[in-house]
Amino acid sequence: MTKLVPVLSAHWDEKDSFTLEAYKRHGGYKASEKALAMDPDAVIQLVKDSGLRGRGGAGFPTGMKWGFIPQGDNKDHYLVVNADESEPGTCKDTPLLMANPHVLIEGCIIACHAIRAKHAFIYIRGEVTHVVRRVNQAIADAYAAGILGNGVDVVLHIGAGAYICGEETALLDSLEGFRGQPRLRPPFPAIAGLYARPTVVNNVESISSVPAIVLNGAEWYQSMGTEKSKGTTLYSLSGHVANPGQFEAPLGITLREILELSGGVRKGHKLKFWTPGGSSTPLFTDEHLDVPLDYEGVAAAGSMLGTKALQIFDETTCVVRAVLRWTEFYKHESCGKCTPCREGTWWLVQILRDLEAGKGTEADLAKLLDLCDNIMGRSFCALGDGATSPITSSIKYFRDEYIAHLTNGGCPFDPVASTLFVGAGA
Amino acid sequence: MSEVAVEMITVVIDGFEVTVPKGTLVIRAAEQLGIQIPRFCDHPLLDPVGACRQCLVDIEINGRAFPKPQASCTIPVETGMIVKTQLTSPVAEKAQRGVMELLLVNHPLDCPVCDKGGECPLQNQAMSTGQGSSRFEGVKRTFEKPINISSQVLLDRERCVLCARCTRFSEQIASDPFITLNERGALQQVGIYENKPFESYFSGNTVQICPVGALTGAAYRFRARPFDLVSTPSACEHCASGCDMRTDVRRGKTLRRLAGEDASVNEEWNCDKGRWAFKYITAVDRLKVPMIRDEAGELVEASWPEALAVAAQGLKATSAAVLVGGRATHEDAYGYSKFARLALGTNDIDFRARVTSDEEREFIAAHVVNSSTTYRDIDKADQVLLVGFEPEEESPIVFLRINKQFRKRALKVISIGSKESVGVEKLKGEFVKVAPGQEAAAISAQKLTDKSVILVGERASESAGVFTAVAALAQSSGAKLAWIPRRAGERGALQAGAIGNLLPGGRPVTDSVARQEIADAWSVNSLPSQIGRSTSEIIASVNSDQIGALLVGGVDPLDLENNKEALAALDKAFVVSLEIAPSAVTSRADVVLPVAAVTEKSGSFLNWEGRARSFDTAVDDSLNRSDLRILSMIAEEMGTSLNLGTVTAAAKEIASIKNWQGEPLKMKTASAPAQRQLNSNEALITSWRRLLDLGTLQEGEENLAGTARQTVAVISAKRAQALGVANGDLLKVSTAQGSVTLPALIENIHDDAIWAPRNSRGSQLLTDLNAVHAEVVTVVRA
Amino acid sequence: MAFSPEDLKIMDSIIKRYPRPRSAIMPLLHFVQSKAGYVTNEGIELIAKQLDLEAAEVTAVSTFYTQYKPSAIGEYHVGVCTNTLCAVMGGDAIFASLKDHLGIENDGVTEDGKVSLEHIECNAACDYAPVVMANWEFYDNQTVESAKELVDSMRAGSPKPPTRGPNKLVTWKEASAVLAGLNDGLANEGVQAGQPTLLGLKLSKEGK
Repeated sequence: MTKLVPVLSAHWDEKDSFTLEAYKRHGGYKASEKALAMDPDAVIQLVKDSGLRGRGGAGFPTGMKWGFIPQGDNKDHYLVVNADESEPGTCKDTPLLMANPHVLIEGCIIACHAIRAKHAFIYIRGEVTHVVRRVNQAIADAYAAGILGNGVDVVLHIGAGAYICGEETALLDSLEGFRGQPRLRPPFPAIAGLYARPTVVNNVESISSVPAIVLNGAEWYQSMGTEKSKGTTLYSLSGHVANPGQFEAPLGITLREILELSGGVRKGHKLKFWTPGGSSTPLFTDEHLDVPLDYEGVAAAGSMLGTKALQIFDETTCVVRAVLRWTEFYKHESCGKCTPCREGTWWLVQILRDLEAGKGTEADLAKLLDLCDNIMGRSFCALGDGATSPITSSIKYFRDEYIAHLTNGGCPFDPVASTLFVGAGA
Repeated sequence: MSEVAVEMITVVIDGFEVTVPKGTLVIRAAEQLGIQIPRFCDHPLLDPVGACRQCLVDIEINGRAFPKPQASCTIPVETGMIVKTQLTSPVAEKAQRGVMELLLVNHPLDCPVCDKGGECPLQNQAMSTGQGSSRFEGVKRTFEKPINISSQVLLDRERCVLCARCTRFSEQIASDPFITLNERGALQQVGIYENKPFESYFSGNTVQICPVGALTGAAYRFRARPFDLVSTPSACEHCASGCDMRTDVRRGKTLRRLAGEDASVNEEWNCDKGRWAFKYITAVDRLKVPMIRDEAGELVEASWPEALAVAAQGLKATSAAVLVGGRATHEDAYGYSKFARLALGTNDIDFRARVTSDEEREFIAAHVVNSSTTYRDIDKADQVLLVGFEPEEESPIVFLRINKQFRKRALKVISIGSKESVGVEKLKGEFVKVAPGQEAAAISAQKLTDKSVILVGERASESAGVFTAVAALAQSSGAKLAWIPRRAGERGALQAGAIGNLLPGGRPVTDSVARQEIADAWSVNSLPSQIGRSTSEIIASVNSDQIGALLVGGVDPLDLENNKEALAALDKAFVVSLEIAPSAVTSRADVVLPVAAVTEKSGSFLNWEGRARSFDTAVDDSLNRSDLRILSMIAEEMGTSLNLGTVTAAAKEIASIKNWQGEPLKMKTASAPAQRQLNSNEALITSWRRLLDLGTLQEGEENLAGTARQTVAVISAKRAQALGVANGDLLKVSTAQGSVTLPALIENIHDDAIWAPRNSRGSQLLTDLNAVHAEVVTVVRA
Repeated sequence: MAFSPEDLKIMDSIIKRYPRPRSAIMPLLHFVQSKAGYVTNEGIELIAKQLDLEAAEVTAVSTFYTQYKPSAIGEYHVGVCTNTLCAVMGGDAIFASLKDHLGIENDGVTEDGKVSLEHIECNAACDYAPVVMANWEFYDNQTVESAKELVDSMRAGSPKPPTRGPNKLVTWKEASAVLAGLNDGLANEGVQAGQPTLLGLKLSKEGK
């Protein structure tokens, strides 16, 4: 068996892959036909049995989430698809929707049937005009073909630039027309989500994985992956590699394997650090090349699988600069609701800027870590926690490099060396 | 609604057990034990938000510990819960200290010039939970220093800790979301929409609940340090809502007033008028010494004995009547009531210094006096019917209470009137639109139940048949009924018998048993038995020479209908005026006796519920005496003893007189007038007083006045089209008496009607038009 | 500018997408930008009126999201990703050179009103780094030179087409209409995927 197993990505190489015609050519909307003929609870059971877990980062079992929706409560239920892909390094849902929006629509139909919802919302980030066009057109085509509008309505909701809206309750507030700030939990969305009604919030890739599961069965899906991390998923390789891109493989593949089959780190360089699942997941180094990239394997090694956004940095990259930039990102994206995240990220940036400029003392590293301790687990939502991950993990692995900035009186790295166009006359 | 037994839950906090009702938040369960968990965003009357993270504690439930500290302001107690606060958990202690440090990172060190200094939750909790010195060495976030978000409220964004108490209050309590959190992250800030200031009637509450000095009131800025103030519990004199208040005085001068706490009345809120309109007390032209009119007709200063003698002589010499304004305290009103009967031997007394009707007097004698509808009844109501009453304008705490139930459980509100108000819109009320004067039929058509509450305002007296219809509806449905006058003293004056048809405790003057009970209490043989004259009858009787003298306390003749006649009567009669400041009465009086303002005396008001709202003297060294004391002195001079030397004595006597247990007075029915036929340039006027207007107790409060609603003339779209006017075009509204010219505003109003504020700048309808409701006015494009 | 009766009809249709009107606030703000170029007070007040909200509530939302602009920007709004990965791989250099080349700072607009510049956060195209966006269309694998050529083409009135997008770059206002959920009929233009997106699939077909 090959290491790469394209399921979601199987037909992306066809020029018209995003059209209804192309989708149907490969069995599109057969799964929803099949699912609609099933008892909704049986659909939930099927998804539970498949072992599918949330692909948005947290890895919560999808079928179990669906099962939390109260039944027979005479209330409207909602499905909300999180397409607000914004975690630095994460770039899987966007190409998926550009190449094949119909698989998401079909997944929505199946999920709505399972949770007894009539309404699905796709919350897509606003900074991807062409992807918005593709999804909107796909929805229009599905309505025109009678696929939508007969029991399930899908509304595309377009964001406007706020990373925090990837947090499910902030997303719901945003979708309701408020500032995208996270809500108190409980109540959880399964009880009181959109418009205070029972709501499932799932990632694009999770919902898009459902049609294949329905068509091919839970056993087929279960047969791939590792003990507790089933199925295939999209790994996004980026950064200082010979060939970046999307790699769909069963869960549990290692970075070493992906690098080997894709051509490795960029020529003449070696791996320095990487993120397994976006910038909010603690950094890994070349020690971690053989960590199985599944939920348990990455967690055991001290990080999180997250969105499987493998950002690769080679030895030309200054880790302090990298971390500073991520911290600036968190500061920019902090919603402002809670003190630790709002004030903490703002302060972290100031300290890191000084450190990068070679100002300060080693005691500032202790202060930085203590500050992270006061933010991590003290903030309203996970954004604050995520902001501390690159800092604490980078100090853990590259403390000497921080100190080198201080002894050197500035950054010892040449930023040009890390660009792609180094030597190209830029 | 039956009271359901509340489930109690026992939890352990820092090793101590405490049992609290289910649903209690951990932070408040801790309070029960005297354990103070620091907090900023938490407020017991606002929805939990968990934003500031200052109240983090460690929690485990049935042996399962939360992996990280939890915000105790958001977590309800559960059985088996063990809580460790900063007192017993090093993790919670460090978490709290960490949050405090982060809050202070961007907080300016301007405590020495900050109004909040000395009573600042941030300052206090930085002492208890912070560390001695800061580790922050960077550059603090700066904003332009205070910006006016209204003429009354200033915002200092540097001091703000973004607890969102103010924005939550504005949205959740006042339904005035004019201030919001804007921007995000470290730039998040409270703000207004640039073209719409924070002009909420309740804006002052945000200043009071701000846990830092970010929101300040213009009137109090830089005036005092909290520790230099002497605070006295007080009650608000501005309306009949009955707010508990606190008056803060420095060196004999009132510097600010705050909302007090009373869960059954105003909770912790008040309106901006109650908070910020008190300069009238310290106005430079306050009357300080008695005055009498000399032979040349000029008012000249006199000694107390001289003035009292002149007053007594004048009142004795002829038949006299009493006009007492609606702002008298219960005790003072009782004094006027007793004075009229004993010193003057008459029932000619009326506390209603406004547009009134005999129908109203009969209604309040039959259905209001001794009645006991309360705020709690609103809490439990299935629907609330508003008649001749705009709660937001005329009794703002009643509005907040209805709004609370509307937001909590979508309480149904029905308003019968000619123009839909902002308040009713906010309550998403059902607006029953009728032509001015045609309210009675709409009232009769209402379907209420015995869980409903009818709130009828004093303006119901301006349409014949309305009180009759209200009484009949209450009777047929079993609905609770309440009469909510605007002024703070009216319910007390009613209970005190400061009205021609009742003696104290609701005793009909026409009932011999009732008369005898009071005669016994007052140690006299008999009391006058004929129903006394009403305000308008008293004025007419002066002008027809049947009454020769008037004792007037706290009345503005311009509040009366036909106020030209009222002024003529004051010119004609021998007038003894008890007043705090020069007025249209004092300028016509023969004797002027200065009296104490509300902060200068003790006493009580009965709010619309009939609930006593007592207060102490806030300004100790005032030389001014209460009306009661002065009435006693005049009576002595006239040879009658009232035995009411002090407020305490009066209160004791009032308490000894129980409510009338016999048959109340019966009400004669009145019927509604026929609908008027109007020419195309005619309309029926309708109006009410806005909360913030030209009321005399608001004099001198320019910052407050700046937040008043705009003066407009409201017409329907149909009339606007007929007149060819758009919003903002000027309309001229006139009667035989005069005219007002106002910008038009097209809103939801009956096509036959035109609305204008009754007593606002440019629109003082009683004097300008001598028409306030259901009278025909001419409306043309100006 | 004034909103036409036709515009009001479109706004009404946007509101009708949702079970509750307030949900329409974000697409309505995008729509206002499609007409006025940015979030004008007129637009805020109109949305407030249509949704029965206070203008302050609309402002609270519009200022939260970075895509809503408080003042006029360029016909072509250029965003350079300077989040860590793009920055390291050349985004910082691209951004610095564009500022210099256009003579404007971050959030600035060229005097001719053609181009505005903003450094942006991760735009979900990391396998195409360094990434530049124009009116939120993808310009993948940029260099300092290609980025300069791009803005030059905008100023010359014939912008280069996106690498993954329609055959022609639409204007800021036109793109805003798309983000308001209006269909401009261009969905079928452009590639279905770039090479990095297809790399795994290609390798698997090669037996990997």
